[in-house]
Amino acid sequence: MTRIDALRAVHGRLEPCAVVTIMGAVAAELQSIGHRENFFYLQHAMGLASSVGLGIALSRPDIPVVVFDGDGSVLMNLGGLTTLARYRPANLLHVVFDNESLLSVGGFPTATSTGTDLAAMAAAAGVPRTATVSTIDDFVAAFDAAQRAQELTTVVAKVDAKGPAAFVTDLGLLENRFQFQRFLKSR
Amino acid sequence: MPVSTANSKIIFDALKDGGVRLLSALPETWLVHLIRMAEDDPDVTLVRLAKEEEGVGISMGAHLAGVKSAMLMQNHGFLASINGIVSGAQLYRIPLLMLITDRGTFGEGDPWQTEGGAVTEHVLNALRIPIMRLDDPAHVARRIRQAQTLAYSSNRPVAVLLMRDLMWEVA
Repeated sequence: MTRIDALRAVHGRLEPCAVVTIMGAVAAELQSIGHRENFFYLQHAMGLASSVGLGIALSRPDIPVVVFDGDGSVLMNLGGLTTLARYRPANLLHVVFDNESLLSVGGFPTATSTGTDLAAMAAAAGVPRTATVSTIDDFVAAFDAAQRAQELTTVVAKVDAKGPAAFVTDLGLLENRFQFQRFLKSR
Repeated sequence: MPVSTANSKIIFDALKDGGVRLLSALPETWLVHLIRMAEDDPDVTLVRLAKEEEGVGISMGAHLAGVKSAMLMQNHGFLASINGIVSGAQLYRIPLLMLITDRGTFGEGDPWQTEGGAVTEHVLNALRIPIMRLDDPAHVARRIRQAQTLAYSSNRPVAVLLMRDLMWEVA
């Protein structure tokens, strides 16, 4: 499974959600499929996308929140899994695209390439629902099941270590940030 | 424990008067009363962290979602949060109200706090983060209000240093 195919498969389902992505390939690919004002791309502060999602989910329990995280980013903020689990907002879906690689900076292997299991770590941290998927059908099924369950879920999607040719898009960081804030205010 | 309950209450009330509804925190001796007050207040969401840098992300999310927040941390927690502050809150122009205990300066008896005490203000200055010092209970409400006002008008982090004379009841 490629990450961009997985993103394409759920893009339509993101319309009512507040979406937070990590930097680099995930942000560029989601924008290439179609940017929306309810998408916020955290282009740095590596590791904190799940924390930003937690802050939104706790502040606006009426809005479904989806975080598109990555293996390298989760590994930088493993303690954050315990904080997610501790407050377990029912409206938060935490997707981790695991390509076992720091793709944006040369493709060096992460610890998931040598056996670290992020879904098991999330479960051990106390996240009530976790899954690991490796096909588009299973990903979409896990995504939908999480939204139906109304319970904090971490879905680890094993994806190929492939990304776009370029990461910089014409969407300014601050333009995105204020647009996203206005979207949340309007809801 | 000679941490001032009365002054902690003045700080907590000032935060609530400023509309703060979410507090992230990692325990530290000088913060025990503030954290308990947040825990006991049904109008405040207390988020207990594993590491302080998470609190930067949580406050970013809260701000984007329209909720006023503040961070409670020791100066070593601030030092542990710097990348999040720079490449999160500053990059994205997020008002961040950071209440930082000023450990390791004059009067500090714990040897392990002293290096952090020596560098905290230098690091804040290097990051161009305005510093508001709180050392007198008479000034707390006004200065917290001023710090919060600047954070929101500038869309940037500000640091409120909780000093020994305010937090600790033994000279």
